Amino acid sequence: MVDLYEYQGRELFARHGLPVLGGGVAETPEAARAIAERLGGRVVVKAQVKVGGRGKAGGVKLADTAEEAQARAADILGMDIKGHIVHQVMITTTADIAEEYYFSYLLDRADRTFLCIASVAGGMEIEQVAHEAPEKVAKVLIDATKGVDDATAREIVAKGGFPTEVADQVVDIAVKLWQAFVAEDATLVEVNPLARTGDGTVLCLDAKVTLDANADFRHPDHAAWEDQAADDPLEQAAKARDLNYVKLDGEVGIIGNGAGLVMSTLDVVAYAGEAYGGVKPANFLDIGGGASAEVMANGLEIVLSDPAVKSVFVNVFGGITACDAVANGIVSALDLLKQRGEDVTKPLVVRLDGNNAEEGRRILDSAANPLVERVDTMDGAAQRVAELAAAGV
Amino acid sequence: MAIWLTKDSKVIVQGMTGSEGSRHTRRMLRAGTNIVGGVTPGKGGQKADFDGNALSVFNSVSEAMAETAADATVIFVPPKFAKSAVIEAVDAGIGLAVVITEGIPVHDTATFWAHNVGTGQKTRIVGPNCPGIASPGQSNAGIIPADITGAGRIGLVSKSGTLTYQMMYELRDIGFSTAVGIGGDPVIGTTHIDALAAFQADPDTDAIVMIGEIGGDAEERAADFIRASVTKPVVGYIAGFTAPPGKTMGHAGAIISGSLGTAEAKKVALEAAGVSVGKTPSETARLMREIMLTR
Repeated sequence: MVDLYEYQGRELFARHGLPVLGGGVAETPEAARAIAERLGGRVVVKAQVKVGGRGKAGGVKLADTAEEAQARAADILGMDIKGHIVHQVMITTTADIAEEYYFSYLLDRADRTFLCIASVAGGMEIEQVAHEAPEKVAKVLIDATKGVDDATAREIVAKGGFPTEVADQVVDIAVKLWQAFVAEDATLVEVNPLARTGDGTVLCLDAKVTLDANADFRHPDHAAWEDQAADDPLEQAAKARDLNYVKLDGEVGIIGNGAGLVMSTLDVVAYAGEAYGGVKPANFLDIGGGASAEVMANGLEIVLSDPAVKSVFVNVFGGITACDAVANGIVSALDLLKQRGEDVTKPLVVRLDGNNAEEGRRILDSAANPLVERVDTMDGAAQRVAELAAAGV
Repeated sequence: MAIWLTKDSKVIVQGMTGSEGSRHTRRMLRAGTNIVGGVTPGKGGQKADFDGNALSVFNSVSEAMAETAADATVIFVPPKFAKSAVIEAVDAGIGLAVVITEGIPVHDTATFWAHNVGTGQKTRIVGPNCPGIASPGQSNAGIIPADITGAGRIGLVSKSGTLTYQMMYELRDIGFSTAVGIGGDPVIGTTHIDALAAFQADPDTDAIVMIGEIGGDAEERAADFIRASVTKPVVGYIAGFTAPPGKTMGHAGAIISGSLGTAEAKKVALEAAGVSVGKTPSETARLMREIMLTR
């Protein structure tokens, strides 16, 4: 799942004919000024970060002139909003808001279908509205095989209690937003606020979009958005090698096969770390069922290149792939890294279990790499790798 | 007896002539699965040889069913073609469709699921992005290694493949009636609840291991179901206690959204329903071992 920045969501909305404010995105104060000049008049300068509460943090400012827009952009660019550094600002024209509504489509896992949430109480967190005034929140399940046509949209608008004078516009937006949701393979499209302006026009003033990365094969254009989404350099390097890697903030590098086993490994290492000064996992890395030497080498290279990593836990359960193949993979991965000129100095704890485990263990033992230590249970290996990390900190 | 997949199941493989499909067809045959044919559109009428076993290839699921009386299909087709493959299986009215394919867009899964519901839900869909079903000593539909454990009286349902294998391995001396991998995608056909209900009804299952992970609220709903409808002992394990919010942990469905989907909430819900929840996979296996050995 890939969350888009607001400006990307706005672009996506505009592409599907949804009413959005004119605007653009800038990485420098000068570029912000140029956009403000093009738009003319009063503009709003908004920090582009994937975290809520930017308004309160000072990341949203009005500007009456292009000079002012440049100054506000200079203030906002580089700001740290809850740990997110602002690299871009979006500049849009302003709207004279009379009323704020809420509208979204999202994946409903429990009902295994899609859900529309609509409310005339917009502009604040929908969870808060649902909590304080549940009668103001309409929820309508959407049949994935039928979608949202004019009739369904009218049902949503009626259930949501939208005023008669905006009904036709909201119906039109509901249909187009559904089309965008399906056409772009989104799992969330949220408009908050959906606003009625003084002259009665309904506009999408914000755009929150999450895309399904599994559908990338039919959306080559989404790649441009996703590359900007990954901001951690190790995650970017891992992605370039097609590795399923998530950077975390601990000291123990983790490599395993299968998402569930790796998640479980993170937990077991964190528990073991409690006894060793609170050392924690440094990453999530699932090398998948195959676990070939090359994938293992790529994975080890990424994990070892993280300066925070003090020790590495390779946790493999041999299912279809036998442990002897995995052990050979580890041994040749370490050779391969040496050939690539990597100076491997961090200790590795390897736990192999399952299919052909004994042969795998024998291969590791006979390779006798001084950095590699073999421990045969997951809990025991987690203890040892936490101990080694604590010693290296 | 086992659930859903027994020695009597007649299995076809969609995508049998592809690389994954043929590799696992060979494996499943060795495990004793009664595979009666395969489906690859455009290759109907050909034979595919597996260790001297010549299986017929059909153009469609309905043709394969008419010729072989197949009642289960294992789907290995690539993500791009998975939606139409499942819809074809559903339209043919097959009883069980195990979807192994990883990386299917969730709009496609939601669509084939809605199609199944809209046509009377005649097909039990397992997966997608799952390791399949194994009833040791009887049949194996998917990619679960057949030699980890033999038949026994533990039922297992899990979102994760490797944790399934790990658990089967730790309890291999006791054995399993059926292990069901339901998959880690946000939308799946068969849920923890479906498997719990089937194990509760299965006379050959004495106790159930349930493995979950962060994301969604399937485990919480399963806890409600256990409290109301399961009398057999259930042992649980949840992966992802230390996963950070907002990050997808490998499985597309494994993501904590705000305060929703945390491992802690799932553990609390399960324990409130009387389920013993292990802190690690090994502890979970120990809890199950105690139950089985004191019966």
